[in-house]
Amino acid sequence: MTFDNEFFNIGYLDRLSYRDTVVHRLDPRSKVIVTMLYVLTVVSYPKYDVTSLMPLFLYPILLSALSDTPFLLIAKKVLIVSPFAVFIGIFNPFFDTGTIDLWRGIQISAGWISLLSIMIKFTLTISAALLLIATTSFPGICHALQELGIPALFTSQLLFLYRYIFVLMEEAMRMVRARDLRTFGARNIGITVFVRLIGLLFIRTVERAERIYQAMLFRGFHGKIFSIKQHSLRPADTAFISLSVIVLVVLRLFNLTDLIGRFVQGILL
Amino acid sequence: MHMADAMLSPAVGATFWTGSLATITYCSKKLREYPDEKLIPLMGVLGAFIFAAQMINFTIPGTGSSGHIGGGMILAIILGSRASFLVMASVLTVQALFFADGGLLALGCNIWNLGIYPSFIAYPLIYKPIVHADGSLKRIVIASVISAVLGLQMGAFSVVTETMLSGRSELPFGTFVLMMQTIHLGIGIVEGMVTAGVISFVRNARPELLERLPTAGTVTAGASSRKLFVTFILLAAITGGALSWFASTFPDGLEWSIERVYGKPELPDQEQGITAVLKGIQDKTAFLPDYNFQKPEYAGQQEKPSSWPSVDAGTSLSGILGAGIVLAVVLIIGLGIRAIRGRRS
Repeated sequence: MTFDNEFFNIGYLDRLSYRDTVVHRLDPRSKVIVTMLYVLTVVSYPKYDVTSLMPLFLYPILLSALSDTPFLLIAKKVLIVSPFAVFIGIFNPFFDTGTIDLWRGIQISAGWISLLSIMIKFTLTISAALLLIATTSFPGICHALQELGIPALFTSQLLFLYRYIFVLMEEAMRMVRARDLRTFGARNIGITVFVRLIGLLFIRTVERAERIYQAMLFRGFHGKIFSIKQHSLRPADTAFISLSVIVLVVLRLFNLTDLIGRFVQGILL
Repeated sequence: MHMADAMLSPAVGATFWTGSLATITYCSKKLREYPDEKLIPLMGVLGAFIFAAQMINFTIPGTGSSGHIGGGMILAIILGSRASFLVMASVLTVQALFFADGGLLALGCNIWNLGIYPSFIAYPLIYKPIVHADGSLKRIVIASVISAVLGLQMGAFSVVTETMLSGRSELPFGTFVLMMQTIHLGIGIVEGMVTAGVISFVRNARPELLERLPTAGTVTAGASSRKLFVTFILLAAITGGALSWFASTFPDGLEWSIERVYGKPELPDQEQGITAVLKGIQDKTAFLPDYNFQKPEYAGQQEKPSSWPSVDAGTSLSGILGAGIVLAVVLIIGLGIRAIRGRRS
């Protein structure tokens, strides 16, 4: 069952995000902005671009190295969520039958090229998103979003959601375990039991929420969440943002891969 | 059916982000007008509930495969349109960040596809009229199934539209629509049954629980659905306008979808009108002087690789060479930093 895995993963990413490295010390706002710009840049490449996307691998690899994020973890998670992109992309080779000359008469269907392009873009964008959360704590991201203009009601609600996730997932995990034990691991017990499980989880959730809410009122909650951690845009953030923008623009405008390839080919041949 | 970044063009992604953000801002503003400090924690808790509930698998009757709930309709029925939309948006945000479901650019699309339709169409315009004030179990079941099915159908159609407008997939419009709508018909029916089951279970077991919840539900009930409808139409018009504006600056996607919608080269006047104009723009922009690119003849064939150097074999070789070198350099940089950091610590 993947349940324990999921639970472990979300906790693991959370723990990673509280470490202290160069990347972690950057202001959450700058990381959110750069990640969005990076994703937009990756996605803006035309559908047959493969080789010109290569230099963009620099960002996730640099970021994961500088932040000590386990590279395998990111790769594994990218693999886990890939089915949708594969599911849609796999049709390209069948419907796009134009051919492309690779080298001296070796031909390949254009559809395979666009599928490859989709998969590379997928890897790049997903790892950028995962690295954002692995190097910026979730509360950090919420504060960044709020400072960037997302309504406070939405972000404080997001913070609540995040705090309850761990509690409720434990609750759900207990229920799933009980069900699995009583059915010897087989989940063929029909939809009625499932509905009751969800219903019960809902009732427990609301009751717990009321208790927690009372407790929060006693501790002086007035509808707003405060954070001790103060964020400010430091010179490092300005440098990070401007450097990223410059590199992204240069890479997007000039096909670095092609330039290097031609240069090397010129030397070799 | 999460949309993925890799299937999107920047224009489509940005447009749906704009739409979703506008709705988030609108809902937050509206909910602020009815201050109930109990509401925000409750919304958070219910978001976490949906999260946890999605982790409980069940066997889909008759198929043997297992599935989990989406939860959009359950939220809408319990919280009302605005609050449920915000909760769904935050659930999707957490999923995009921690499980990388789709990615950050596609998050705008996902909030639109899975949030707008159940909260602002299926619930107020389908579920509520059918159930009335205190509906019987039969009414709840019928209303839940119809609204869940229609909500998901609209969401699935959105995924198709977004994919088509982005022009990254080669799937023909008809095939894709048929595939997505049928898959989600089944999912919708099961989702509707589960929604009805959960709602009636909670109503039977703890009827006072639903009544004790904050008044977000009644707020939407009080607001006339006409007003809601007008808002939604306006939003759709703005989004549509923005979309077409974006699309025209990116001829690739629009031209592509026009071709797809009208069935490929059958249109005799294909070379006239806007398609021809757009194609002209595309031809001018696609052939970068840097590529030694030779325009191939394509009689009757509309689709062609435009940015891949197709004729000159030498360029392709240099591309592959360059790609290998760039990747190697990037990897060496990464490993180098790791090695240096590892030695230091």
